[in-house]
Amino acid sequence: MEVKENTISILVNNRPDVLARIAGTFSGRGFNIESISANITRNPEITRIVITTLGNRETVIKLEKQLTKIIDVLEVKDLTRANAACREMVLVRMKLTDANQVKIMQTVDTLKGKIVNMDVDTCILEVTGGKKDIDDALAFLDKMGMDDFTRTGVVAVERQK
Amino acid sequence: MKLTGAQVLFEALQKENVDTIFGFPGGAVLDIFDELYRRKIRNILVRHEQGAIHAADGYARVSGKVGVCLVTSGPGATNTVTGIANAFMDSIPVVVLTGQVATSLIGGDAFQEVDITGITRPCTKHNFLVRRIDDLGRIVREAFHIARSGRPGPVLIDIPKDITKSLIEDNDISWTLSLPNNNKKVSIEDACAKALDMIRQAERPLVISGGGVLLGRAWDELRTFVKLLNVPITSTLMGLGAFPASDPHWLGMPGMHGTYYANMAISNCDLLIALGVRFDDRVTSKLDAFAPHAKVLHVDIDPASIDKFVKTNLSIASDCKPVLQLLNKWISDKSFTMPEKQTKAWLEQIQKWKEFAPLTYCQSDKIKPQYVVETLYRLTEGKAIISTEVGQNQMWAAQFYHFDYPNSFITSGGLGTMGYGFPAAIGAQVARPDKVVVDIAGDGSIQMNIQELATAVNYDLPVKIVILNNGFLGMVRQWQELFYGKRYSHSNINNVPDFVKLAEAYGAVGLRATRPEEVEATLRKGLDVAKTVIMDFHVEPEEGVYPMVSPGAAISDMVLRK
Repeated sequence: MEVKENTISILVNNRPDVLARIAGTFSGRGFNIESISANITRNPEITRIVITTLGNRETVIKLEKQLTKIIDVLEVKDLTRANAACREMVLVRMKLTDANQVKIMQTVDTLKGKIVNMDVDTCILEVTGGKKDIDDALAFLDKMGMDDFTRTGVVAVERQK
Repeated sequence: MKLTGAQVLFEALQKENVDTIFGFPGGAVLDIFDELYRRKIRNILVRHEQGAIHAADGYARVSGKVGVCLVTSGPGATNTVTGIANAFMDSIPVVVLTGQVATSLIGGDAFQEVDITGITRPCTKHNFLVRRIDDLGRIVREAFHIARSGRPGPVLIDIPKDITKSLIEDNDISWTLSLPNNNKKVSIEDACAKALDMIRQAERPLVISGGGVLLGRAWDELRTFVKLLNVPITSTLMGLGAFPASDPHWLGMPGMHGTYYANMAISNCDLLIALGVRFDDRVTSKLDAFAPHAKVLHVDIDPASIDKFVKTNLSIASDCKPVLQLLNKWISDKSFTMPEKQTKAWLEQIQKWKEFAPLTYCQSDKIKPQYVVETLYRLTEGKAIISTEVGQNQMWAAQFYHFDYPNSFITSGGLGTMGYGFPAAIGAQVARPDKVVVDIAGDGSIQMNIQELATAVNYDLPVKIVILNNGFLGMVRQWQELFYGKRYSHSNINNVPDFVKLAEAYGAVGLRATRPEEVEATLRKGLDVAKTVIMDFHVEPEEGVYPMVSPGAAISDMVLRK
């Protein structure tokens, strides 16, 4: 079966050790977390965790079953097949030189990004998009004097309930 | 009225009808033990915390209740970890109460501090660190609920010392469970109808039953099911006793040391009806060759056990009991019939396999361990509760003590914990003072929790320990003999203690047999005396457990004897 990246949404009780339980289930059962993001939902006592993981369909079903066994897990949903909107965000610190400044500004426009901070010799860009958009943006910016970046995990929401 | 945390704990235990716990005191639980001093609840004081958790586990297996153990923080807590993992693997409901350093000290590497909820997260069904006294009552009730519901398992509650001392107004205690209700009700009717169709079409049906039948208390339904359908049945190590071993439908245990006929039946059946099993690798061995001709119908309460390794054609994620009840009802109501001739050839074939390679061993001038177990079976009329350690002793017990009664065999199936059997036998004897309880042990594994002799003697528990003493770590030696060119690397433990003197030193009775003709008299003597007894049988040192499936081989590929 085909190995691909899967996006899994997990609703959990917002308790101190719940993230450790989720992470432990991944590591202890031989799955891998590619990216993770977590925050509260409309009900602040419930947190949504979105995790991307590599595997085939069979692996993901096994993983879902194991996650469902965790007492504080309320719902596990495989969003890969659920027609969900998926986005990531990246903050990129660029070194500014006389040569690259204009080019960076143009690139920010092309990427529909934002400049969130500007100093004399550095600036910080914010770009959001799908996984591939971010990959492409980073490859592009890398050639223009990228100093460092921080990338979030995937956040995802189903297009229809 | 104000209550201390320790008092709240005991009120909660009372609500769960706990009358017996297994514990060992220490600094962080002094307030709990101080409250215990005033309470009617019975504590069995063990000599090592591993003894406490195994005893609570044995108590749970025999009584069907939740076993409880109470230990201190730090080393007290870590000493229970093997036993927690053991209960987790075998799905045994136990609640482990551990002391913790005061909340203000947590995280600061305080004396006897350990992050026990962190350590036990992967081997508990759930665990709790009590952060506020307000939560304590609710947490204890939730722990018991989680431990016994669904697929049972161990639950740990870590209680900081300051919480056991602080006060709460009794009206402010919340006892209400606030657990997510993620036990979706599964409708079994459609699946059962399909199951019946599969059964109707089968020419070579076979039932494989496991620990889930015992945990779900579905042995009566299982017996009815097998008899209504007139199908052969094999039971896994964890499922022994759910179906009577003396019944002609029974094929013995399957797997690595299973019977020839059980393994052949699995390898040739066209329908495998799997009830409360999780297809452990010791049962399936090489997966491609496991039940290769069969459609698999799998009933298990844990959806994660379904399609984990063995692919099913039909699965029902449910407790076995309602499924069997419904199937039995339909089979008897709707005048369900399988034409007798449909399975006739199959039943005859199985009979031939049974006759071709029955479980057997050769007598010699040395004591054969199988003979000891067989004689024990005869003398106790199969009515004893048998616990085992792990290794050859465990397999010989499973093969030669023919379990006719549910919850009469307690063994470490999943984790394979040497040192489990004796403390588990103590727990079993506490639960069933009316029963003969025997730990079938090896000279290696009995030394792993030998200190509990003091516990057994202290509480006048007449547990019998039958040591099959071969001077080796026998199963390790057997593998070295077969697969490592007889290089007995560190499996020779010939320098064992004098078990008779050892028993006497603890105030127990010690008996020894060195020749076959002494076996019966020694067993009789040991069983007759109402005391803790060690019976030390010097057996054939290099006897092996057979049949044996080589690791990784198909289960039909068995070595029948040396």
